[in-house]
Amino acid sequence: MNETNNPSIQMTNTERILEVKHLKKFFPITKGFRKKHVGDVRAVDDLNLYINKGETLGLVGESGCGKTTASRCILRAYEPTAGDILYRTKTGVTVNLSQMSNKELRPLRAEMQMIFQDPYGSLNPRMNIFEIVSEPMLVNGIKNRREREDRVAELLTKVGLRPEYMVRYPHSFSGGQRQRIGIARALALQPNLVVADEPVSALDVSVQAQVLNLLMELLEEMNLTYLFVAHDLSVVRHICDRVTVMYVGKVVETASTEALYNTPRHPYTEALMASIPIPDPRLQQNREGLPGEVPNPSNPPSGCYFHPRCSYCIDKCKTEMPELKEIEPQHWTACHRAEELKLEGFHKNE
Amino acid sequence: MENTKPLLSVRDLKVYFDLDEGTVKSVDGISFDAYEGKVVGIVGESGCGKSVTMKSILRIVEKPGRIVEGDILLQKRDNPDEYLNLVKMKENGKEIRAVRGGEIALIPQEPMSAFSPIHTIGDQITEAIMLHNPVNKEEARRICIESLKSVGMSMPEKRIDSYSWQLSGGLRQRAIIAMAIVCKPRLLIADEPTTAIDVTTQAQVLKLLKKLQMERNMGILFITHDLGVIAQMAQYVVVMYLGRIMEKGPVDSIFHNPKHPYTQALLRSIPSIQKTTKVKLPTISGSIPHPFNKPSGCPFHPRCNNWIRGKCEKSLPPEYIVGEGQSASCFLYEGSEEVTHERD
Repeated sequence: MNETNNPSIQMTNTERILEVKHLKKFFPITKGFRKKHVGDVRAVDDLNLYINKGETLGLVGESGCGKTTASRCILRAYEPTAGDILYRTKTGVTVNLSQMSNKELRPLRAEMQMIFQDPYGSLNPRMNIFEIVSEPMLVNGIKNRREREDRVAELLTKVGLRPEYMVRYPHSFSGGQRQRIGIARALALQPNLVVADEPVSALDVSVQAQVLNLLMELLEEMNLTYLFVAHDLSVVRHICDRVTVMYVGKVVETASTEALYNTPRHPYTEALMASIPIPDPRLQQNREGLPGEVPNPSNPPSGCYFHPRCSYCIDKCKTEMPELKEIEPQHWTACHRAEELKLEGFHKNE
Repeated sequence: MENTKPLLSVRDLKVYFDLDEGTVKSVDGISFDAYEGKVVGIVGESGCGKSVTMKSILRIVEKPGRIVEGDILLQKRDNPDEYLNLVKMKENGKEIRAVRGGEIALIPQEPMSAFSPIHTIGDQITEAIMLHNPVNKEEARRICIESLKSVGMSMPEKRIDSYSWQLSGGLRQRAIIAMAIVCKPRLLIADEPTTAIDVTTQAQVLKLLKKLQMERNMGILFITHDLGVIAQMAQYVVVMYLGRIMEKGPVDSIFHNPKHPYTQALLRSIPSIQKTTKVKLPTISGSIPHPFNKPSGCPFHPRCNNWIRGKCEKSLPPEYIVGEGQSASCFLYEGSEEVTHERD
């Protein structure tokens, strides 16, 4: 295994299970017959984040901000263009995922699993539930069918499905049940880190709560750590310990959920908070929204990517890209005016 | 001049789909009203029949679906005491085509697929104008530019000649709204108009819809599954589940004093931004049944915590009056006065 003695890529904090430093993923734009390289879609552009063992980190942002690309790079489903992904394995060794070859990665793949957004597209309709949930075990060397059957039965019970369902095919299940099957498959190899990419956004409201409860229970029970990718800020607030906000491939703010929702330090986060529709007609919000739209990641604006839509923009913002700074303990933000601005968070006006 | 009569009344509407496997009762006897200058929100989860309701109003239910029973009454523009029955009209007839786009306009769910990619948005909007108004091309183009301006599109003179794929999501949504309102409809049906766009843009679009509604005194039928959006937009809410109306009433009563167990459970189960975090959310057990095995009696009874054995699974509950302007279809309120809908 790729054990590193290089101190520069040792993780600073022993609590951490994952640390992403300066991660970049560009998709080339080519033109013409000779596929001349004319530009890049900067899907993830200098991403920094970390996750502590046992916590849930929310990764939020609007569509096209690179949150799915980032999560896929972390699992090495995509090859990152640059950057380090430090991961602490179950045995306590720190490795740099971005530098490892596919062969070296194989034993680690079992420790990192994914829950997908679309419960309809992520299960093979020609495989029954036993085959779907046990496939990871088969791939990782549990050949005995009896043993696999017992494990699948156990997993199905854990996610709230009856073990007899094992012989059925995905079409006979509802969206919520399918998502449970997807979760059972992700847990088949007792992972360490689970990346959940919008796990509840395709579900109906009445079923969403069941799946969220299940995810929270499993976190405790199986000692998991979640990277929870989502765009629904109410869901993220409910389930996450810390939140990272992305905008056009960059992190604009990272903080504990409490701090981020109550005292945001970046104008974009403030705008996001202001645009959450509250299910209470008595709180008539003055939801302004933001002027303009999310820029194209292949042609981002100069300076701070957010400046064309920002109401606090000054000249410096137009030319100079702000750095991600720790403005308070455990609270990072990338804004030139972070110290002087008084931003409004989400108020719990009961 | 205040118009207190409903602009649109749906009465006992039933829409069934005859399939080889059996009949799917997508909409099974619903009644509600929409008023001028008011927003009526229709909320419900997938399969509750909200989109089929919208399609029946415009008479665009696709085969094998058919309207089995009921009336859809639209107030006449020139005489508020007389109503047109849309159900009685021929599906491709002249009358209904005058209603579609002219009296009732639709904002569809997907801003991407609603426009044709091979015609400019200007061509598509002017086509609608010329269908409903006796104007020539130049005049139509002028109206089109004005409409684009009214939805807050910058440089409408230039954008009118662009194709839908050249516009960003938010602009495309604005162009759709411009097309919907261009013939000055009295009722606007918005079918999940903001689900495909981002939250920061969503706020802009909702604000625009509210502004247009005020200016033109339109009625809006707002279909969505997002309770947050409903709370901010609607004055009156209709809650649907499996083709039936569970509860309807003024927005404040629905959110602060819900009477039907389904509405209560639905409101409890959403992870609202105001609730305490990290706790177990109260859930509704089970999942939405498949339309082929719809439960007998009240469709919600297998998932309901307070169902009455021997009653709820046997017969359909009538609508009981449970508050001012509020009614719930639930046997818990047996003994209260029942709602009667007069039909003509």
